[in-house]
Amino acid sequence: MSIKSAGEITDQAYKQVLAELLYQLGDDDFVLSFRGSEWLGLCPHIEEDVAFSSITQNTMGHATMYYKLLEELGEGTADELAHARPKEERKNAVILEEKNGEGGYMDEPRYDWAFTVVRNYFYEAAKKVRIDSLKQSSYSPLANVAKSIGREQYFHLKHWEVWFTQLLSSTPEAAERMNIQVERVWQDFGDVLSLGPSGEKMAEFELIGDEKTLTEQWLKQVGSAFKAAGAVMPEGAPGAVSGNGREGFHTEDLTQALDTLGEVYNLDRAAAW
Amino acid sequence: MVDATYDNQVDQQKYQQFMEKIEAGGKIEADDWMPDDYRNALIKLISMHGISEIMGALPEKEWTPKAPSLHRKLGIMAKVQDEMGHGQLLLRVAEDLMAPLGKNREDIMEDLLSGRLKFHNVFHMETKTWADAGIVGWLVDGAAIITQTNMLDSSYGPYARALKRICAEEVFHAQHGEAIIMALAEGTDQQKELIQEALNRWWPALLMFFGPASANTTGSSKQDTTIKYKIRKNTNEELRQHFFTKYVPRILSLGLTIPDETIRYDEENETWIYQQPDWNEFKQIISNNGPRSKERLQLRRISHENNAWVREALGARRNISAV
Ligand SMILES: [Fe+2]
Ligand SMILES: [Fe+2]
Repeated sequence: MSIKSAGEITDQAYKQVLAELLYQLGDDDFVLSFRGSEWLGLCPHIEEDVAFSSITQNTMGHATMYYKLLEELGEGTADELAHARPKEERKNAVILEEKNGEGGYMDEPRYDWAFTVVRNYFYEAAKKVRIDSLKQSSYSPLANVAKSIGREQYFHLKHWEVWFTQLLSSTPEAAERMNIQVERVWQDFGDVLSLGPSGEKMAEFELIGDEKTLTEQWLKQVGSAFKAAGAVMPEGAPGAVSGNGREGFHTEDLTQALDTLGEVYNLDRAAAW
Repeated sequence: MVDATYDNQVDQQKYQQFMEKIEAGGKIEADDWMPDDYRNALIKLISMHGISEIMGALPEKEWTPKAPSLHRKLGIMAKVQDEMGHGQLLLRVAEDLMAPLGKNREDIMEDLLSGRLKFHNVFHMETKTWADAGIVGWLVDGAAIITQTNMLDSSYGPYARALKRICAEEVFHAQHGEAIIMALAEGTDQQKELIQEALNRWWPALLMFFGPASANTTGSSKQDTTIKYKIRKNTNEELRQHFFTKYVPRILSLGLTIPDETIRYDEENETWIYQQPDWNEFKQIISNNGPRSKERLQLRRISHENNAWVREALGARRNISAV
């Protein structure tokens, strides 16, 4: 099956499930890009500030591509979808909205580099698995977007993989800090790997691979990084102890993110900015 | 033309050759012989420039996630990334100059935190609204283009080459800023008020950006040394005049008012007459007593402390791979 454009969709159920998937993809990138932009100027060194801000910018570009696909489905303009949707309608995974650490980016930011490395590495590994699967999506506009995202995303994954393995296999302090964060992110990462209540339908419509297969691929991918670092991967499947973002459950951290991201836009939604 | 500054014959000769070379338009490279005051002036200038790019990303960062559309978000994210890249490029040029003195990046950062190394006055200022992001891109980067193109022919090759790349990107920054301002200028009354209010606040800082006209104003100015050694061409005042010529008409054409009733172009003397900013305030600002100096330095201090374990971890890895 292959659908060439939004106009070709006749099945309403297909359209709804496709939109659901696009919200997950777009919202994940959108909120994680925000957390990345809060790091600017605070990274361990200037070279990392340059690299991380490049990744963050690309990631915002990816969110924009997914929102544009939603716009084509008649869900509203990309800008509305990014800035004006209430928290309950957001479909990003909860672990991605979590703050980088104590404090705010204007005020005493005690951000945690170990958390950032683990979260971003796990996320980019999951994103790679999804993107590879999406390249065969039955909705060809999405397959095309996946192909162009994949070209940039390869470097993002490599970037975080290097940080991940280096810090895990460096000083005892670094390894300890990393292991604490591995445990923390692991217990919530199931939410990222979840495709939500419509996951089965997504696979049926051949929009993306099935959740179980994708999760196995992810486990294999990160497993090899643990091995390369001589570290131990947690046992069992990752959990979702903080709640399931795919079902619209979110924390106060997302409120702070959305208030910031939409502050100027929401001053006057009708104005051209 | 050549100053007799060396007792030693050999050094005197080297100095003479150095001056002949730069006067003929030649370029000095990192490993070439150079007079101490040339090296010191370059270290001071380039590390200040580099650290200003880095500190300069902070005020814009305050508005980066808040940018009011996806398009603007991407634009300002690209810009702050470029600024960090400029900082990195320039710090590497400064590091090469400092190496023979046994100094490195860590010293630059320590000098920043201790206040020995200053950063540009504009980056000590507050950013209060989205219009500030526009003014910074349009006029601060616009002013930076003027001061930086003035050094494109710098006698120091590595700096001239870095500036060439930087200036090319700065042009995009100014266009990005101008686009923000244009959108606001064509927008609602509220949006128009935002730009006028921002311009009023930024005007004195923009004039200060070029530095005092002479050492008499603030007690120190490096412009004489840098002109003598062909690091730059024009004086601070010439650059400020150039800024007026370029931007005053553009500002007025957007329907904005310049917050200086006395500003006018004197046809006869071909100069802009304007009200001087408060140079005592300038001195205060660049001594880290500006409106946001302490907070922004605190951000860097926190980052430095917070990431100490990461630097240690990277250092340990480097030692392992060196074995
Ligand atoms: Fe710059
Ligand atoms: Fe710039």
